[in-house]
Amino acid sequence: MSAPQAPSLVRRAAAAAAVLAALLVVPAVAGTYQTQLLTYGLTLAIAALGFNLLLGYSGLLSFGHSAFFGTGAYAVALMMRYLGVTSMELFILGGIACSAVLAALFGVVCVRHTRIFFAILTLALSQVLWTLAYKFFWITGGTDGLRVPFSKLTLLGGLVGFPGADAFAKFITSYYYYVLAAFCVCVALMWLIVHSPFGKTLQAIRDNETRARFLGVRIWRYRWLAFLVSGIFTGVAGSLWVPLNGLTTPDVLYWPQSGKIVFFAVLGGFRNFTGPMIGAVIFNYLEVYAVAVTEYWQITLGVILIVLVTFLPAGIVGSAARLAARFKRRREAAP
Amino acid sequence: MSLLRTERLTKHFGETRAVDGVDFSVNEGEFLSLVGTNGAGKTTLVNLISAFLLPDSGRILIGDRDITHASVDERIRAGIARSFQLVNLFDDLSVLDNAALAIFAREGKTKRVFSLAERDTAVTQEATELLGQFGLAAKAQGPAGGLAQGERKLLDVAVAYALRPRLLFLDEPTSGVSTRDKAQIMDTVSSVVRGGGVTAVVIEHDMDVVFKYSDRVVVMHEGRFLADGPPEAIRANADVAKYLLGTDV
Amino acid sequence: MEIVVIQVLNSLFYAAVLFLIAAGLSLIFGVMGIVNMAHGSFYALGAYVTAWSVAAAASAIPPAALFIFLPLGAIAVAVIGLAIEPTLIRRFYRRPEEYQLLVTFGLLLVLEDVIRLVWGGTPRTASGLVDSLGLLQIGGLPYPVYNLAMIGVGIAAALGLWAFVYRTKFGVLLRATAQDRRMAAALGIDVGRIYSLAFGLGCFMAGLAGAIVVPSQAAVLGMGVEVIVLSFVVVVIGGLGSLEGALVGALIVSALRTITIQFWEEIELAALYLIAAIVLLILPTGLFGKKA
Repeated sequence: MSAPQAPSLVRRAAAAAAVLAALLVVPAVAGTYQTQLLTYGLTLAIAALGFNLLLGYSGLLSFGHSAFFGTGAYAVALMMRYLGVTSMELFILGGIACSAVLAALFGVVCVRHTRIFFAILTLALSQVLWTLAYKFFWITGGTDGLRVPFSKLTLLGGLVGFPGADAFAKFITSYYYYVLAAFCVCVALMWLIVHSPFGKTLQAIRDNETRARFLGVRIWRYRWLAFLVSGIFTGVAGSLWVPLNGLTTPDVLYWPQSGKIVFFAVLGGFRNFTGPMIGAVIFNYLEVYAVAVTEYWQITLGVILIVLVTFLPAGIVGSAARLAARFKRRREAAP
Repeated sequence: MSLLRTERLTKHFGETRAVDGVDFSVNEGEFLSLVGTNGAGKTTLVNLISAFLLPDSGRILIGDRDITHASVDERIRAGIARSFQLVNLFDDLSVLDNAALAIFAREGKTKRVFSLAERDTAVTQEATELLGQFGLAAKAQGPAGGLAQGERKLLDVAVAYALRPRLLFLDEPTSGVSTRDKAQIMDTVSSVVRGGGVTAVVIEHDMDVVFKYSDRVVVMHEGRFLADGPPEAIRANADVAKYLLGTDV
Repeated sequence: MEIVVIQVLNSLFYAAVLFLIAAGLSLIFGVMGIVNMAHGSFYALGAYVTAWSVAAAASAIPPAALFIFLPLGAIAVAVIGLAIEPTLIRRFYRRPEEYQLLVTFGLLLVLEDVIRLVWGGTPRTASGLVDSLGLLQIGGLPYPVYNLAMIGVGIAAALGLWAFVYRTKFGVLLRATAQDRRMAAALGIDVGRIYSLAFGLGCFMAGLAGAIVVPSQAAVLGMGVEVIVLSFVVVVIGGLGSLEGALVGALIVSALRTITIQFWEEIELAALYLIAAIVLLILPTGLFGKKA
């Protein structure tokens, strides 16, 4: 199965710029509700971006990425509640630190073994954190969770705050641009990482572990690093998500949350860079509109996942790219 | 002094003695063929030397350094590289990337994150030249998985060669390939490897190939060395004829 | 002292349940090389089907006869497994591992919600079965005979499975296919049929575990995923693909669990995970495991 030729750097940069331009004008044209929805989408896209460093680029399927998303979220909530922190920058740093520690420690356990054990161990990790979150209820608020009200939040080192009665709309707009900026930084960083020698090495390990080993590459070290980076990105996503949600509960650590992240990547297509992010954004909209239609959202998700994996393994973006390539070849072949 | 030598190297698989007390030595600059029937122990011997397997007893030495218990990457740094019988490539990466990766690994650049792989002109240039030497330059941008079998074999050798080893083990570089392509592959491999001054040990079944390209032929049978010498001597050897060629001299 | 005996018996009871689940998981992995992420959901299904059928038949049948629904529940789950394997899972054996894991994960999502759809959110019980066997006095403390009976079932299952795999002709076919699929096919063995039966057997064991546990503990939503962690810890410690490993692992995990619940309940799962992590660091394939 060969990948279609990637379009040139110039064309990709132009496409990215166009998308960015469109994203910049959203609050002006779309209204508060849609802006808020898209902000959620962007945080989930960052989570998917982090996740896919493992699945798409390293061949490691994690069923426990809610562990990082939730850690990022709880780090913020706990910092606000027990340390009185209000600065979003500090929250992000806290999220990074906590996710990094978690990933570093558990990476040692999870990546040393086969890819199947990796899936099992990551799922188990998120379950363990979930039980801790609701059992230690006197710290974490248990099933009620912890509130993270935006009124207490400050952006840009205290420059922007949201006191007062009419603050919600202002919050949504400002926070949207804040998350968008974070999103751009994350995308740029991850793009650099996957195109670096390190990224190529990860892909080599994914494609043929034996060969990589016989080039002198110490496999588990690279997987550990990938796990660390992936965990940090998804942790940042969780930290960005929680002020928007206003609340974090153990649900954010529960396995369906991991399932959603997996779903983003499969929906969009995990063998390319943008697939998982697009899958996340699409899913975000699907969820909002589908939950209104059916209570049995999880069955729908499961069935779609099975159908995708069976019939459309390249996902939406991957399949679109293949169709485009085939169309292009036919056009070039025609006299 | 020999480049590589083994002392009473032994490996059992249950009852079978795949490699049975083998004393093997390779001299610098040789182009050596390792032959024998299936199950004679050729691949096992190469697996032991390249750290794919650990021996039950015996020693392996490079120069005067004992590498019997050295890890894979330690042996690579000591100068051993290998290709595989069943081609082992990074199928979803481009042909150029396959070669470049070996160079990145050799240069210790694989942990670099804040630079673009394609922008490393030194590596890209070397990889392109390497592919040129092996006749794969035209296919550089395509995925490795898309190459024909003969080209895949060449790339496998090229990737191992890119590590600039002192000693290169090639496990059946012409298997699964048509007769015409065999000659082409061996011509390329032989000229590049000899031109680079790399010592090579080639596992091979096709005796025509063996006799045409090697300086020295080592014949294995049931885990032991049966004969060892220049092609003409081997051709005249009665035991070899009996066990290997099935003919009478 | 009596309390210790009771705790040991409780631990053995739960070990029987864990053994069945882990043995089923190991069997499927050993023969087909896939890890069924939905395995815990088959356990849950077994529990719900048994509880539901017991409740439905309770008025018509005498309590002693209700025990028939334990194996029946397991068989129902096995049938579902037999239906799912050829349709959903078989095409993934030759594809990379990610796809196998993804499709069984999709199955997990579906089954968990199907349970909610069919039986709703209220816990389902079959405690009548426990009551019907009465209590035994252990040093003055009452203990359900049911638990002892189920420990017996666990032992019987372990012996039965061992005999089946190592002493019957089908067991030979199973092991041959597990070792080398292509060789088995070349010898004329219908590999597809073996795979289906192995999968069905694995699901039967999971379903039986659920059937056994539900008279003692109510069937609740999420029980399938909860048990996943424990059963994974069992196979990590015992080794994936090994029957002895499932047994030893189940005994160890159940004992550890009983001890941690006694002393510091909240960290039960965390402690077990940590222990699994430590075991993995020392013995990467577990106590009896084979390399994947």
